[in-house]
Amino acid sequence: MILDSKSPAGPLAEKWTKHKFTSKLVNPANKRKYEVIVVGTGLAGASAAASLAELGYNVKAFCFQDSPRRAHSIAAQGGINAAKNYQNDGDSVFRLFYDTIKGGDYRARESNVYRLAEVSVNIIDQCVAQGVPFAREYGGLLANRSFGGAQVSRTFYARGQTGQQLLLGAYSALSRQVANGKVKLYPRTEMMDLVTIDGEARGIVTRNLITGAIETHAAHAVLLCTGGYGNVFFLSTNAMGSNVTAAWRAHKKGAYFANPCYTQIHPTCIPVSGDHQSKLTLMSESLRNDGRVWVPKTVEMAEKLRKGQIKPSEIKDEDRDYYLERKYPSFGNLVPRDVASRNAKYVCDEGRGVNETGEAVFLDFRDAIKRDSEDAIRARYGNLFDMYQQITGENPYQTPMMIYPAVHYTMGGLWVDYNLMTTVPGLYALGEANFSDHGANRLGASALMQGLADGYFVIPYTLGDYLAQNLATKIDANHPEFAKAEAEVKAKIQKLLSIKGTKTVDYFHKRLGKIMWNECGMARTAEGLTKAKAEIKALRAEFWKDVKVLGANEELNQSLEKAHRVADFLELGELMVDDALNRNESCGGHFREEYQTPEGEALRDDENFAYVAAWKYMGDEQEEELNKEPLVFENVKLTQRSYK
Amino acid sequence: MKLTLKVWRQKNNSDKGGFVNYPLDGISKDMSFLEMLDVLNEELSEKGEDPVHFDHDCREGICGMCSLYINGKPHGPQQTTTCQLHMRSFSDGDTITIEPWRAAAFPVVKDLVVDRSSFDRIIQAGGYVSVNTGGVPDANEIPIPKIIADEAFDAATCIGCGACVAACKNASAMLFTSAKISQLAMLPQGQVERKNRAEKMIAQMDEEGFGACTNTGACAAECPKGISLTNIARMNREYFSAVLSSDNV
Repeated sequence: MILDSKSPAGPLAEKWTKHKFTSKLVNPANKRKYEVIVVGTGLAGASAAASLAELGYNVKAFCFQDSPRRAHSIAAQGGINAAKNYQNDGDSVFRLFYDTIKGGDYRARESNVYRLAEVSVNIIDQCVAQGVPFAREYGGLLANRSFGGAQVSRTFYARGQTGQQLLLGAYSALSRQVANGKVKLYPRTEMMDLVTIDGEARGIVTRNLITGAIETHAAHAVLLCTGGYGNVFFLSTNAMGSNVTAAWRAHKKGAYFANPCYTQIHPTCIPVSGDHQSKLTLMSESLRNDGRVWVPKTVEMAEKLRKGQIKPSEIKDEDRDYYLERKYPSFGNLVPRDVASRNAKYVCDEGRGVNETGEAVFLDFRDAIKRDSEDAIRARYGNLFDMYQQITGENPYQTPMMIYPAVHYTMGGLWVDYNLMTTVPGLYALGEANFSDHGANRLGASALMQGLADGYFVIPYTLGDYLAQNLATKIDANHPEFAKAEAEVKAKIQKLLSIKGTKTVDYFHKRLGKIMWNECGMARTAEGLTKAKAEIKALRAEFWKDVKVLGANEELNQSLEKAHRVADFLELGELMVDDALNRNESCGGHFREEYQTPEGEALRDDENFAYVAAWKYMGDEQEEELNKEPLVFENVKLTQRSYK
Repeated sequence: MKLTLKVWRQKNNSDKGGFVNYPLDGISKDMSFLEMLDVLNEELSEKGEDPVHFDHDCREGICGMCSLYINGKPHGPQQTTTCQLHMRSFSDGDTITIEPWRAAAFPVVKDLVVDRSSFDRIIQAGGYVSVNTGGVPDANEIPIPKIIADEAFDAATCIGCGACVAACKNASAMLFTSAKISQLAMLPQGQVERKNRAEKMIAQMDEEGFGACTNTGACAAECPKGISLTNIARMNREYFSAVLSSDNV
């Protein structure tokens, strides 16, 4: 099937304005008759719930954490882009649009990305009005910085805690609506299934994580703002609880899943220190502005380092390989995330990794400290250096940092049209949970922008258009479909509890993570992917035979929570592999070794793969069906990225 | 490393609860404190015993979810969140006592998990600027002196973990509440509702059953984000000026 994006016709710059005008409106007095469910309270969820409640809709907001303020948006460090052009350096809505499309390696939809750039300016106004303390200049106006290799300074930031401050802004707006009685909060509540009636989304089934109670909630529309699925790799920079369950169960109820293989691997994370590792911590990529990346030239020297027989500082310059500077003389250490990550993998695969596990490279500030002084480096990166020391016990002013790539963000997600509606009418996906704006690779400081754009400025318009056309719809949690979905959820819980096998949930999760990381990570091959598919199938079968989930449903049961999430990751993993196998090209975060230029760079195939791959669930243990949305580029010219 | 863990186990809110000792071996100094508990939980699960429940999520010191009272201190011996505490802060052979936050306004849910929704209700009472989405002025039309913006920022970095309450002998939430009141009282955006906000948030704080402040400063000493006692002084000033010249006419 060819998917219709419902992008409005007409010139790019007029599409959104025109679309807002032609969208139907809901009469103010009627808004209070509508119920809207918002799952997830990160940037997208909190901003959507607050904005819709302000308009007059009745909103129910759900999160699995103990408070909406803890959603993982809070951990974003760097900043948020906006085409304000406050710096008079040539930025514009079109330039932000162009950079985002190009950065995504031409695999995103033009109309969505342009709208994102267009509303980016409103986001900054909104956040400042809420009291978000962005960085300021001495004159009292907002400060900006250049981020992620952008040639203009368009990134607004709040120290290294931009995500936290933006989320607390959205959380404050949400809290105000809770106080007004327009939002009812359901913390420590997890969505277990979507309820559809005659093919339309009409509610959800939830589990109260404290009591285990299975409940149903009916609504005129359901918004999934549930983030990404990076934890399919077990180790990632995501929070421990981040999961795909809500999106995956909606997928099984008819929502297509788009581009699942597009994952972003961030080059500068603190390396794995052992089997006990539970998560990975990101070090802001701004560090690459001053740090130089290197490994020893020889495997022998690297072995000595790993055994602790030699210190990094004892290695002479002529024995060091500053491989990014060597291979990419014009961009050097500032090459994009995917290029930096892949090259770290190559040198470690050659046996030149520098820590005990052999999976780390140096990020060295020796020369920057010599050039600018230790104080200058401390002023720039002090908090990051402290965090590094806290975690590793090493002082990065004296010895080089060790870094290694880690899974950070997933560009894939539920397929949505221009209105952010999935293939299930009445079901929407916002923020990282959808696939729409970043193509095959996300640029720095764009995730926060998209989450808030979707929640504050897109969904309030597009949801109204859908609801206005469904004025007569009655919602009723007593409809038999609710009882049916509830019974299915209860059966699944019983099944998990009754297996009483021998292996813990984490055992399976770690094994899945290894398969995904090795075969569907930074570099992929048809052979490796085919092998991974078989391994995942076998692992999934083993899980359902031998997993041990302790305790009962009717209590706080963290093993049961994890078991549900891992069960879904075990299905999603296979789809990611299918998608990666289907995409016979290299683009952005998806690098297939068979498809590279003679210099070893990603080789796109625009003729055959300039489309969104949207997968339709066909039933348990069935192959999913591929549907395509062709990507049409009317405003940008497709070019090969080069950083030589 | 070999350790003995003395962990508070409590089945649910109505259970009385008590300490249980667990010997633990093979702990590496590079593990985070929570990873050490992961090891314990894997061992318990393999034996068929209920794992120790504790709150955690981002594990990078910012979400505020982790909340363990370790050897008599919230978040343990260092001024960090529990997730950023590493086992190199302990020695081979140590006995480590792990308890939940203790406060009437933070009832225990299970084991080391407590209910901190009282913090959400304090924010709901007024911890915001009442602006709707859209219709706001251009961001640069609200200039703010850098020194004020930075001071407001320092208050805004509170992660809402509740260590201040756990550290206080009166289980007072003054540091938490004052951080939000301070942030908004210093910024021009917060001026319109300044008095009303202070009155309402403090009333809610009292209603939740948090204790009074006796200026011992334990809260600020244990705060993983270094929220300063100055905020409490500022909140007191805000409060007295609000009740003396209340907008609630």
